[in-house]
Amino acid sequence: MKALVCVKRVIDYNVKIRVKSDKSGVETDNVKMSMNPFDEIAVEEAIRLKEKNQIQEVVILSIGTDKSQETIRSGLAMGGDRGILVKTEKDQLEPLTVGKIIKSVSDKEKPDLIILGKQAIDDDCNQTGQIVATLLEFPQATFASELKKNNDNTLEVTREVDGGLETVKINIPCVVTTDLRLNEPRYASLPNIMKAKQKKIDVLEIGSFDIDIKDRLQILEVNEPPERKPGIKVDDVDSLVEKLKNEAKVL
Amino acid sequence: MKVLVIIEHDNETVKQSSFSTISAAKEISDSIEAIVLGQGIDSVINELKKSDHLKKIYKIDNELFQNPLAENLSKAIHKFTEGSDYTHILSPSSTFGKNMSPKLSALMDVQQISDITKIISDDTFERPIYAGNAIAKVKSNDPIKIITVRPTCFEPCALNSSVDVESLETNLDKNNLISFVSYDKSKSDRPELTSAKIVISGGRGMQNGENFRLLEGIADKLGAAMGASRAAVDAGFVPNDWQVGQTGKIVAPDLYIAVGISGAIQHIAGIKDSKFIACINKDEEAPIFNFSDYGLVGDLFELLPKLEEKL
Ligand SMILES: Cc1cc2nc3c(=O)[nH]c(=O)nc-3n(C[C@H](O)[C@H](O)[C@H](O)COP(=O)(O)OP(=O)(O)OC[C@H]3O[C@@H](n4cnc5c(N)ncnc54)[C@H](O)[C@@H]3O)c2cc1C
Repeated sequence: MKALVCVKRVIDYNVKIRVKSDKSGVETDNVKMSMNPFDEIAVEEAIRLKEKNQIQEVVILSIGTDKSQETIRSGLAMGGDRGILVKTEKDQLEPLTVGKIIKSVSDKEKPDLIILGKQAIDDDCNQTGQIVATLLEFPQATFASELKKNNDNTLEVTREVDGGLETVKINIPCVVTTDLRLNEPRYASLPNIMKAKQKKIDVLEIGSFDIDIKDRLQILEVNEPPERKPGIKVDDVDSLVEKLKNEAKVL
Repeated sequence: MKVLVIIEHDNETVKQSSFSTISAAKEISDSIEAIVLGQGIDSVINELKKSDHLKKIYKIDNELFQNPLAENLSKAIHKFTEGSDYTHILSPSSTFGKNMSPKLSALMDVQQISDITKIISDDTFERPIYAGNAIAKVKSNDPIKIITVRPTCFEPCALNSSVDVESLETNLDKNNLISFVSYDKSKSDRPELTSAKIVISGGRGMQNGENFRLLEGIADKLGAAMGASRAAVDAGFVPNDWQVGQTGKIVAPDLYIAVGISGAIQHIAGIKDSKFIACINKDEEAPIFNFSDYGLVGDLFELLPKLEEKL
């Protein structure tokens, strides 16, 4: 079995986001970038399947500028076997375009499992996995919190849904998107980081794909969210209850 | 302009998120129709029929839709919309809508607009990005807009009407690549987290699941829903679907009470539309105080019993 893990380079989740003063977007100059945390969980899951001998090869795919090679490298340092970068000029492509590119790579690579984060923490879209599954006509299991491979070439996946947990069985090949509780990603060890430098990353130019990458959505402006007005500290439980009753009038 | 709203339900009742989505549709057009796919959905239809603003309801009652598998739903909805004149297709951005709507957008070759919080015009919307740390105003150039709507940003529509219902058949083949195994519903007599007037949440500071009893007593007195931070869920104190935040539930109650929660940006992302936020935390430097209207510094184990007594 082969896994294709899709990873995105995003602003690190610990960085405080600053909106640019011309409202064109958020500041990314001199900002720490990392692998989208949900995609890290996807890499980890694929590697664990490999360690259980349920998968033979883990291919890490990213779509982005040359800098996304770093993101692929960190996936290789965790234990991925080789990488593919689909190189673009633009920092951000829309999920529909990304979905089409992943489909096209998948047509060539023929993975049994495509696994990726349920959302990227930059645009918070939560679309790509679903789009890929639809274009490939693979079954999907989104928001996975548990994954088990059965002997009959199916996966049993528990999904975090509103109001509880849903379990579905999907035939391989399939698409899985990861939720936070699927696993805890490992840290790459120094020797593995060194080893990852030798691993191969194929770079494909976006132009070699027959895909229209023009944006359908136009970002008119990006603003700071409205600030909450500053609150107060209360001295004790009595004054808290008093304020909630008489000032806020919510009790 | 003509809007189609996709209704979320559990074959028994309509989810509140659907009524909020209808209200969002009303800001786009007066011509709004809804579609319900499910099995044995008479009670759902009877409830939905009362919705204001709807011009018509289409229902497809078929065993194919007994469980909300996105493969079957998206195909059926796509077929239904072929040749129609809908300009907008709206779903709630609940896990139901998030799972299904992007599939519909892929089938129709449309770039979906996820999780809108405000409607500026029929082609321009606001949506939070970076966990709500920035708000993007986006304009769609697609001929059809496929949208998921953040339910807490739109008041549910009123229920004073009686809408026409048309029953449709489907000849869709079952998708054999996926099958439903089970749904493990978290049991709770409390109000739904996303529509409750008051929410009380506990974090890592609660130390264990047992201690959530201290919050339960208060929730009982206030008729509040209960939530948690990711740290509390990850530690196994409470079920997964209690998680509030960027990647959990987005809530916007009149009052949100955060207990033993530090106030990480990912948690704040899920609560900042609350009317009032109160918190209890022993660390007066905790970021949660910067977002709270009323902050109480102190040990939760000492303060919670007192609070319960005073209510
Ligand atoms: C990609 C990603 C997505 C995430 N999504 C979410 C999300 O959706 N929701 C979410 O909540 N988090 C999310 N997180 C995690 C988030 O970053 C924080 O780690 C988490 O919210 C911390 O939970 P906490 O406040 O309960 O724990 P902590 O940060 O450990 O805070 C515990 C607090 O309890 C207080 N405390 C301890 N003992 C007592 C006592 N006896 N009395 C009073 N106060 C006490 C402490 O002072 C402290 O402030 C996400 C993280 C990532 C990377």
